[in-house]
Amino acid sequence: MYRLLRLFRTSIGSKLMMAVSGLVLVGFVTGHLVGNLKVFQGQEAINDYAAWLQGHPLLWGIRLTILAVFALHVYTGIRLARENSAARPRRYAVRTVVDTGFAARHMLFSGLTVLAFVIYHLLHLTIGVIQPEYAGLLDRAGRPDVYTRLVLGLSNPWLAAIYATAVVLVGLHLWHAVRSMLQTLGLGHDAWRRATDVGTGVFSTLVVAGFLSMPVAAQLGWLSVPLTVPR
Amino acid sequence: MRLRLRVWRQRSAEHAGQLVGYDVDGVEGDMSFLEMLDLLNLGLSRKGEEPVAFDHDCREGICGSCSLVIDGVPHGPRSATTACQLYMRHFRDDQAIVVEPWRAAAFPVIRDLVVDRGALDRVLQAGGYVSVKAGSAPDANTLPVARQCAERAFQAASCIGCGACVAACPNASAMLFVAAKLGQFAALPQGQPERMHRAIAMVESMDDEGFGNCGNHYECVAVCPKSIPQDFIARLNREFFHAAMTAHEFASLPEHEEHEE
Amino acid sequence: MSVRLDARVPDGALEDKWNHRLDALKLVSPANRRKYRVLVVGSGLAGASAAATLAELGYQVECFTFHDSPRRAHSVAAQGGINAAKNYQNDGDSVYRLFHDTIKGGDFRAREANVYRLAQVSNRIIDHCVAQGIPFAREYGGLLDNRSFGGAQVSRTFYARGQTGQQLLLGAYGALNRQIHAGRVRVHTRCEMLDLVLVDGRARGIVTRDLVSGGIGRHAGHAVVLATGGYSNVFFLSTNALGCNVTATYRACKRGALFANPCFTQIHPTCIPASGAHQSKLTLMSESLRNDGRIWVPVNPGETRVADKVPEGERDYYLERRYPAFGNLTPRDIASRAARQVCDEGCGIGPTGRGVYLDFAQAIGRLGRAAIEQRYGNLFSMYERITGEDPYRVPMRIYPAAHYTMGGLWVDYDLMSNVPGLFVIGEANFSDHGANRLGASALMQGLADGYFILPQTLGHYLAVERPDLPDPGCESFSSVEEDVAVRTARLLDIGGDRPVESFHRELGEIMDSCCGMARNEAGLREALVAIPTLREAFWREACVCGNGEEFNVSLERAGRVADFLEFAELLCHDALAREESCGAHFREEHQTGEGEAVRDDKHFSHVAAWEYRGQGVAPRCHPEPLTFETVHAVTRSYK
Ligand SMILES: Cc1cc2nc3c(=O)[nH]c(=O)nc-3n(C[C@H](O)[C@H](O)[C@H](O)COP(=O)(O)OP(=O)(O)OC[C@H]3O[C@@H](n4cnc5c(N)ncnc54)[C@H](O)[C@@H]3O)c2cc1C
Ligand code: HEM
Ligand code: HEM
Ligand code: SF4
Ligand code: F3S
Ligand code: FES
Repeated sequence: MYRLLRLFRTSIGSKLMMAVSGLVLVGFVTGHLVGNLKVFQGQEAINDYAAWLQGHPLLWGIRLTILAVFALHVYTGIRLARENSAARPRRYAVRTVVDTGFAARHMLFSGLTVLAFVIYHLLHLTIGVIQPEYAGLLDRAGRPDVYTRLVLGLSNPWLAAIYATAVVLVGLHLWHAVRSMLQTLGLGHDAWRRATDVGTGVFSTLVVAGFLSMPVAAQLGWLSVPLTVPR
Repeated sequence: MRLRLRVWRQRSAEHAGQLVGYDVDGVEGDMSFLEMLDLLNLGLSRKGEEPVAFDHDCREGICGSCSLVIDGVPHGPRSATTACQLYMRHFRDDQAIVVEPWRAAAFPVIRDLVVDRGALDRVLQAGGYVSVKAGSAPDANTLPVARQCAERAFQAASCIGCGACVAACPNASAMLFVAAKLGQFAALPQGQPERMHRAIAMVESMDDEGFGNCGNHYECVAVCPKSIPQDFIARLNREFFHAAMTAHEFASLPEHEEHEE
Repeated sequence: MSVRLDARVPDGALEDKWNHRLDALKLVSPANRRKYRVLVVGSGLAGASAAATLAELGYQVECFTFHDSPRRAHSVAAQGGINAAKNYQNDGDSVYRLFHDTIKGGDFRAREANVYRLAQVSNRIIDHCVAQGIPFAREYGGLLDNRSFGGAQVSRTFYARGQTGQQLLLGAYGALNRQIHAGRVRVHTRCEMLDLVLVDGRARGIVTRDLVSGGIGRHAGHAVVLATGGYSNVFFLSTNALGCNVTATYRACKRGALFANPCFTQIHPTCIPASGAHQSKLTLMSESLRNDGRIWVPVNPGETRVADKVPEGERDYYLERRYPAFGNLTPRDIASRAARQVCDEGCGIGPTGRGVYLDFAQAIGRLGRAAIEQRYGNLFSMYERITGEDPYRVPMRIYPAAHYTMGGLWVDYDLMSNVPGLFVIGEANFSDHGANRLGASALMQGLADGYFILPQTLGHYLAVERPDLPDPGCESFSSVEEDVAVRTARLLDIGGDRPVESFHRELGEIMDSCCGMARNEAGLREALVAIPTLREAFWREACVCGNGEEFNVSLERAGRVADFLEFAELLCHDALAREESCGAHFREEHQTGEGEAVRDDKHFSHVAAWEYRGQGVAPRCHPEPLTFETVHAVTRSYK
């Protein structure tokens, strides 16, 4: 146990922490995306899925784990960023970037935006403070009508815009995060550099496209709103 | 050729510094960047002004002394090239060039373009060697070393300790430098007995010196005059994790005074 | 001053001398060693290895370097390799053969016993360096590879690509780091030794200047070791790093240490020529290029056509013409002199007229570009980087440059100078290379001195010393510090407007033309007039800016150039006195009709050790006769 404490005091240990927590978060986001895409299979499918999740015995266990991991990721990310700016108190008057990308240089920014979005998102869909008028919708089977809430919510252009922006920033974060994670976990190899770069790009693009498809579809009216039973 | 330079001038660590503009005339394509600065200094000393201080010695890309950030890139625009091996034929007439020192908290400015890179030495003092006393070694051919291992070790060992990696890293991290040294010994049988201790001691010392954390930007690799590849950083991560999880010494408080006999 | 030169070479057969010496050396008990403090000046191969090894034995060591890190000492630049008599290639090498080649290469102007010991110790160096993790080149089977170097007939050179010096230095620096970490060595970086302190006739301390703060420091020790490298920069343009200087050794000389054979300076034939007046140093290109390249100049002086427009009939392959047996592979000194000669005759090429072609066109035609690229790829790209010319298409241009100095402070068999307690190792001493150094043997010598010889012999000296240190507040230290302060103040007070660099450059021109590859009496006498004149001008007109209490590059440089301006005179005195041609010292008066060197063993089979007797006073020579018990002095011939 002491080992871990000492490990996480070092820079490499902290990075490992970022990478491992990041990996869990990547797993969550991927799963979340796949689950959410059920929206295209219709109200039944996604409401079934949501109900299954809600009733899952491990629900709170998983929620708390994710929360903890997320908190750790955010905390460590902010700590690292502060250390990094302390390591170069005086900036260059002229700085020419040779190799690193926009995504890599804006990890803290993209991360914090995602954080803000997640809070907003929880207030919206999980807690129901935003758009409270839809919060208690139930479907015909008497289950929470996730489908309708989602579609109605995303039909609002402002909300759709917020979601779309957030999702692009998630993609930006992932773009650097995934290949960086591989390197941090010690899996980087020069021979694979191109492959990992391309793979990461494809993966991030897919995630963004997947998430984007929902607000876009809602805005274009491709998702029909069924009759619902108000509370 | 004539150049419009803006050079960082700073009297000492305590003084504030600033970029000062100088026009240099009569620059020739066959001059190295440092010879161009010599020319500037000749002009300054004729006027009784103090020359611009910059570190340099071998002027052939091996000692690692020269340390100039040229237009925002450590060692300037050519890849795998130190500032002393950068020739003015790669610049245009009337070009404006900004010259700054390595910037990192771990590298305080001594004067003008000269910084103190002692932090790199201290990291190596923590463990960047094989502990062997003169006179105690067996015959050199007792231990065969696979050629790939020897070559990998050589590739890592070609680091000249210039610190450009730190200067280029957006986080002022010294990972490439440390990775190169560890990578050299990790590749060789001679390095095995102290492998874990070395990784732990060097990484912790690197952190103590106030370098930043690696965010895998690879700017270091792009400017490294010896083209040390990023692999070594991945290896360092593995190496350190392995040591942290298995070495006995890591299960207790770090000892700050280690006087081994 | 009366100087007694006793080399203290042990008795016995050549092979046994070192063992006899080791057996007879007095020892300091392990418990007492930490009571002794040794000051090591220099952190190159010699200094770093000595400091580390002394600390391993338990002495307290203080190590000084003007560099910002020990790893930057100029040893880092050595490319070719390091010799040892391992005979791993089974080609008949032996300790004796290495000894013999070295002493013959030095044209019989070195001490037999020292050279033999060097060859004996050479093998242990390789063992130690391999154990340190130095990545020497290896064969597919995993064992060490060797190459033949500098015309040797056996393959005894160990190498790490073109970076042998850097790898060996990193090894020694690692050993030093380990001792620093253990608290047994304190390294003072950016700290320049400016003078030597003698207490009761023994070397007991140094006075330094901290280059960052300008602070003058006094350091007391039981012994002082100088490992401060060579003085090739007296020629201004050389293959040495810009910081290389003679200050430490020359100031020790002014305090009574004898300077031996200063005129033995080596020129390397294959360097990239100066491209113009701004040139600040010259870069060495490996000599191996001469294996496939052909050296030529146009027959017509002042030829203006580019190389490939000069027809075959109008090219002079002068080395092949004059030395048909060895052709382009004649030894360094001969090839260098020949290049200079053709350039003096006006046939030189390139913007300055001081260069000759090294042409690969035929080799490329014969072997194909790929083969040449495989052999010399990195050298070709280095050449292209520096000159901007593609050597696959146009011939390379090369010219000789000052490279190594065999001369140095005189030392006895124990590596101690005539000043008790002052030891000198590495390129800074004169010991093992005679009048010319073989390729790949300087690294060997520096490490032999530092790892294996000095740590033993120094113990012997300390064993009879009392362990009390002189007080750095004492009169001896204050008066030396006073001298240093006065000199610094004088430099800062000159108040002229001529840059220091221009004096150095002019000194270099004088030395190059009067005391370079070929020397003659008239030229040397001319130099002996020109140098003092230039020195006076320096003390009148030089511009030294800033003050002494800060980081001041201009002051640093001025101090070194001032020393070169005095030392150059000593060098010329020695060259003038040595009325013979031997090794790298070529006196035009002493050559055969065909231009071959004529050595004079009857009158000059000695080491010329020079005593400083004050500025403007001619130095006095104390010869140490050389006797050869095992080898016979023969005449080199490369016809
Ligand atoms: C380009 C080049 C290539 C070479 N290639 C080979 C080769 O292939 N094989 C070979 O055997 N030899 C080679 N040599 C020669 C060999 O490298 C040197 O002779 C040898 O490395 C000298 O080592 P050293 O320790 O004596 O001195 P250096 O390495 O020069 O070290 C001198 C040290 O003294 C310090 N110092 C000097 N003056 C002062 C002062 N006043 N105060 C404080 N510190 C001071 C410096 O900071 C430095 O640490 C080559 C030389 C050159 C220039
Ligand atoms: C959906 C949520 C998130 C996922 C999937 C995610 C994933 C990752 C991953 C995999 C890494 C790479 C770690 C490495 O370099 O080894 C990373 C790095 C980082 N993350 Fe996140 N992250 C998320 C949210 C956040 C949030 C909310 C922040 C806010 C602070 C944040 C800040 C950072 C920072 C600053 C880094 C870079 C660390 C560094 O390289 O030094 N991330 N993230
Ligand atoms: C268009 C994009 C997205 C849609 C349509 C969407 C949809 C949903 C839905 C329907 C829920 C379930 C609400 C409930 O069951 O109460 C939910 C919960 C959640 N979403 Fe999203 N989401 C999107 C993007 C994201 C992103 C990018 C993240 C994280 C970075 C994220 C993190 C979460 C979290 C943490 C929860 C709470 C899970 C829980 O209650 O346990 N979502 N989202
Ligand atoms: S890794 Fe490269 S950039 Fe960093 S110190 Fe070594 S040579 Fe310089
Ligand atoms: S640029 Fe910096 S972030 Fe890491 S990969 Fe290089 S040390
Ligand atoms: S001056 Fe030595 S590497 Fe540039």
